[in-house]
Amino acid sequence: MAEPALELRDLNKAYGALTVTDHVSLALPDGEFHAIIGPNGAGKTTLIHQISGLVPSDSGSVWLGGRDVTGLSLPERVHRGLVRSFQITSILPGFSALENVALAVQAHEGSSFRFFGRAREEARLNAPAMQALEEVGLGNRASVRAGLLSHGEKRQLEIAIALAARPRVLLLDEPLAGTGPEESAVLIALMQRLRGRMTILLIEHDMEAVFALAERVSVLVYGRIIASGPPAAVRDDPEVRTAYLGEEGG
Amino acid sequence: MMMPPESGPGFLKREAVPVLVFVLLALVPVAATFGAESYLLSLVTRVMIFAIAALSLDLILGYGALVSFGHAAFLGLGGYAVGILSAHGQTDALVQLPLALAVSALFALITGALSLRTKGVYFIMITLAFGQMAFFLAVSLAAYGGDDGMTLPGRSRLFGLDLIKNDRAFYFAVLALLLASYLLCRSIVVSRFGRVIRGARENPQRMAAIGFPLFRYQLAGYVIAGTLCGLAGFLLANQAEFVSPAYMTWQRSGELIVMVVLGGLGTLHGAIIGAAAFLLLEEWLSGFTEHWKMIFGPFLVLVVLFARGGLMGAIRRIGGGGHG
Repeated sequence: MAEPALELRDLNKAYGALTVTDHVSLALPDGEFHAIIGPNGAGKTTLIHQISGLVPSDSGSVWLGGRDVTGLSLPERVHRGLVRSFQITSILPGFSALENVALAVQAHEGSSFRFFGRAREEARLNAPAMQALEEVGLGNRASVRAGLLSHGEKRQLEIAIALAARPRVLLLDEPLAGTGPEESAVLIALMQRLRGRMTILLIEHDMEAVFALAERVSVLVYGRIIASGPPAAVRDDPEVRTAYLGEEGG
Repeated sequence: MMMPPESGPGFLKREAVPVLVFVLLALVPVAATFGAESYLLSLVTRVMIFAIAALSLDLILGYGALVSFGHAAFLGLGGYAVGILSAHGQTDALVQLPLALAVSALFALITGALSLRTKGVYFIMITLAFGQMAFFLAVSLAAYGGDDGMTLPGRSRLFGLDLIKNDRAFYFAVLALLLASYLLCRSIVVSRFGRVIRGARENPQRMAAIGFPLFRYQLAGYVIAGTLCGLAGFLLANQAEFVSPAYMTWQRSGELIVMVVLGGLGTLHGAIIGAAAFLLLEEWLSGFTEHWKMIFGPFLVLVVLFARGGLMGAIRRIGGGGHG
């Protein structure tokens, strides 16, 4: 029972001579809201690519609920409950907001090798999709083409898509990237609501948000985790201050 | 709120183009009785056969963004299935057609499984290479005419009867098959499966990240398209009562792409209109000069430059912004 929801064991990744992920080990208990912070180029996005299966690791392993998923592809990991969002908004711009989410439901609801019947009118796909849209506050934008949504709404949509895949572990890759203050507030409130309902690993640049949301924070510098613990402890860690917070806050 | 799709006064407006296309096709044999019957029937039959081929290509090219440059191979496979069986005395369509479809499906399965591991330009190149392989295989079949191709003893029979020997009967058979192919493709495009294919065109990474292993869906789409084009090959051999490697030249593959783009990518009825426009223009222009491609080339450039979305895009704009 005490198996961590998500565990990274000694993950490594190098591009040529450049080490981007350097012996990263991390365990997230079930239901934890964990944040990874770090300066630009610390290797945060590469790490999330490795966890989600988009980029293969050189060595080390990823465990989901006590099972090794290192050899599984991105879609296979999604079916095991490991779901991610993208730093650069990744939606289907020509589909309606509802259809974006309904497709995520479809991926987990029966077979997609069906050649007859209109997918767009299937209530068993649309109802859960609508619920996910309402959850992120896009209920009244369901029929709008996703490409026409505002930047903040696209970020909300992306979270709705991830939620529709019924994640056990949700990887959020800089959901606040490029958002204005009002849009951020909406997204932070949304993440607040998700807290505790699933295990969340948040990668984020926005310090204020991270310290408000996370139960534990890890600091990634040059691909290495230099500190990990409750927000207050991490904030006061001298190594963190010199390596990261000091530079940033200067 | 979403409107029910098949009702309301919007239906006829939305479906005006495909309805018109099929009504016109059904009326051609009537018009043909007023003169030049066999010429007109044979020309429009050919148009409809290529429309089936273009439809099948639109399924993967228009909806899946898979630029297959070897699609004509399936025309040849379907055609040679008829030719080779006929040469051995097997002339019944109940044997020929299933075999033509099965061979096309198998070829699509094998070549698709390899081609779909590549993307973009590499996919174009590898499908072209497989198409050329099929072409040279046909050239090397000395027993079946090699380079020159082979003349068939006659059209396929059905239950031993000469049901499609008559040009008019054959015309309606092809029309029925075109309609069935069109309806099948429409169903596929809006189905769960079709939505995955369309999603992959928009953003493959997103589709993988919500849990779709795209390869198997794209492969299934490739096999469906190849099989349907095999049907067109079967019909083409029957129409001409002749098969040759010329069915599967890479130029022919290119022409199929031109038909789809000319008509409007990802519209299905656009593929039918594109096939008709291509073949009728070819017929008409070649009546003026043997250098008809000198006129056709610039025309194509103009369509691509100024009528984005092909002829269907132009029709939509003229029709006042309705969407089809």
